[in-house]
Amino acid sequence: MMDIAWYLVLSAFIFCIGVAGVLTRRSPLVILICLELMLNAGNLALVAFSKMTGNGDGQIFALIVMIVAAAEVVVGLGVIVAMFRNRLPMDVDQMDELHG
Amino acid sequence: MTATAFGWLVLAFPLAGSITIALGFRQWRGRTAGWIGSGAIGLAFASSIGALIALQSRSPSQRALTSSLWNYIATEGVNVKLGILVDPLAVFMCLVVSGVSFLIHVYSVAYMDSDRGYSRYFSYLNFFVFSMLLLVLAGNFFLLIVGWAFVGFASYALISFWYRRRTAVRAGIKAFVINVVGDVGLVIAAILIQRDTGALDFPAVFARAGSVWHHNEWVIVAICLLILVGAFAKSAQIPLHTWLPDAMEGPTPVSALIHAATMVTAGVYLIARTHPLFELAPTAADISAAIGALTLFFAGTVALVVTDLKRVIAYSTISQIGYMVMGVSIAAYSAGMFHLMTHAFFKALMFMAAGSVIAAMAGTQDMDRMSGMRRAMPFTSVAFVAAALALAAFPGTSGYFSKDDILAFAAERGSGYWILYVVGTVGALMTAIYAFRMIFRVFAGEPNEEARELEHGHLAHAEPVNPLTGEPEDTDVGFPGPEHHIAEREAAMRAPMTLLAVLSIVAGVIQIPHVTDVVTDFLAPTFADSRFADVEPSVGLSVLTLALGALMSLSGIAIAYLVWVRRPGTSAQLVARFRRTHDFLIHKWYFDEAYDLLVVRPMTRLGQAASRTFERVVIDGVSQGAAMVVRAGNSLVRVAQSGIVRYYALALMTGVTALALYFLIAAK
Repeated sequence: MMDIAWYLVLSAFIFCIGVAGVLTRRSPLVILICLELMLNAGNLALVAFSKMTGNGDGQIFALIVMIVAAAEVVVGLGVIVAMFRNRLPMDVDQMDELHG
Repeated sequence: MTATAFGWLVLAFPLAGSITIALGFRQWRGRTAGWIGSGAIGLAFASSIGALIALQSRSPSQRALTSSLWNYIATEGVNVKLGILVDPLAVFMCLVVSGVSFLIHVYSVAYMDSDRGYSRYFSYLNFFVFSMLLLVLAGNFFLLIVGWAFVGFASYALISFWYRRRTAVRAGIKAFVINVVGDVGLVIAAILIQRDTGALDFPAVFARAGSVWHHNEWVIVAICLLILVGAFAKSAQIPLHTWLPDAMEGPTPVSALIHAATMVTAGVYLIARTHPLFELAPTAADISAAIGALTLFFAGTVALVVTDLKRVIAYSTISQIGYMVMGVSIAAYSAGMFHLMTHAFFKALMFMAAGSVIAAMAGTQDMDRMSGMRRAMPFTSVAFVAAALALAAFPGTSGYFSKDDILAFAAERGSGYWILYVVGTVGALMTAIYAFRMIFRVFAGEPNEEARELEHGHLAHAEPVNPLTGEPEDTDVGFPGPEHHIAEREAAMRAPMTLLAVLSIVAGVIQIPHVTDVVTDFLAPTFADSRFADVEPSVGLSVLTLALGALMSLSGIAIAYLVWVRRPGTSAQLVARFRRTHDFLIHKWYFDEAYDLLVVRPMTRLGQAASRTFERVVIDGVSQGAAMVVRAGNSLVRVAQSGIVRYYALALMTGVTALALYFLIAAK
């Protein structure tokens, strides 16, 4: 039986990779992938906690997060496809029309 | 059913009628709305009779019933119920109000037929009657004030009924503003009563009044004077009378309603209702009686010179209300209420007849243009004469007994009250003169153009104009309709007029001094607690008053006959001879001018000055300053909204991290 800390450290690593990707990359596709990384890092932590406490609550949360993630991917990919269709630049920094 | 159940029904029918007509105004074809409205008031009248029967079956001391639906306000020290008080006085008022209103409704069904605002008219009319019934049935000062304000609003809506007529809208506003002055007085009086007695219900207030206030203490005098402000505003007594003549801008049946059944009688009712307070404050009662006498004299003199037919009747109303106010202020309660009833009959009839005459003149109201309508309008002239006889207190008519009842009571009180007696008697002479001045000028003499046309069966038709200013109008909604209706051709107008004519002549028999006293007996339970309950004019005084009244009435009619029929030029000679007096009277004693100078203009000036200085500097400064602060803050915040999503993500991350760190450190 490994200590829970290992799982959490791994989860934190993956999460940070995700954050770094979201903050540094400009391609919407990569940002989407990195978001997935962050979500799954969270899932890992949830499952680990679930194992630690010995009940299934954390796993149910993880399942719900997966459903949300799936929905988010659907919307995100839909947006990206629409951007391609309209020949918009594949750069989130140039999509800044909401500036005040 | 109990009397209070009938009381609630009296209120329910007109309200339901008003709402029904208003909601379905697109559906009602032809005269439907009018018949619905009349039916609602007819049912209210039937319910009033039900209440009367239920009340009379109880023993006299048990004839004051209260009933409440729910608590309106219940808080520390204040408990106001939505409650009614059904007693002989309230039932008497209900009968007069709903009965006369019903007849006016029926008359309106035909009279307003071609008006484009037909449904709106009847909805307002029903609401007016509802408000008045709420006022007379209210069981506490709070509900009384609610009804009081409703009446004010309804009168505003109906006086300005032709809302595209500038003069009508102004008259409506004037009536509303003056009525609000009265409302304020009444509200302050109610607050003072609540403060001192801890109650607002009539029975509780009257029961505690004697122990809370000393006889003629300044507080109770002040309360009564404030009540009088309210009463005088509604009842058009000096100095708050100026709205009533202007209220003639409304449709003629509305004038009939305001003058006969609703509104102006409210003040008389209020004084009678609060008589225990007035008997504790004789000073206020005497002031009220004096103002009533002054008003009856003032209005009588003005009615002698005014040439607008409806305005003559308006001033006669002010004058007659003066008699009533005088009556209830000198504790002649049943006499005052009796005069209120007979006045309702003959004044409603007089307006109905005047409306028919005005219709025959195609909207013209100026008596200078009327002449010799007798043969063209036989029915109307008979009805008008019946009303004028009652108004002039011709011996045997209803007005004869009711007016002399008040005067005899004044004489019985003796000492200073003799002045009231003398003023009232002089007023009676003037009443007879101006009543028959109208008759002789409108119906006697050579038939004018309109009358000759009508004799050949043609109703006069004129281009629609404002009768006051002569401005051209059209006949669409907001102005009078295109067709005019005269009583000779409309059964729905003839029927109520016939009934009222009979009542005007014979209703006096129910209260002939020392012979019958139906009204006094009926109202006795309400006024049983009065200090003057046993005071009754002696036989000698009654006979003297009746004889003097007959003399005044007959000589007044004779003078009118002499001046306007036998020697037609006399009137013009008198005007030339007494030019000063005539000017004074034709300007209605300069009341309007005085108010304009003392109130309206200073207020306008103040308003203009305020709009130039205060508004520009303070109000604009504050509002523009606020706008500038917002704009500055706005440009600061805008910087953060770069539109670059990654910055937002960074900000989010930073925030979450900071929070996580905070909790980590706090947990340690």
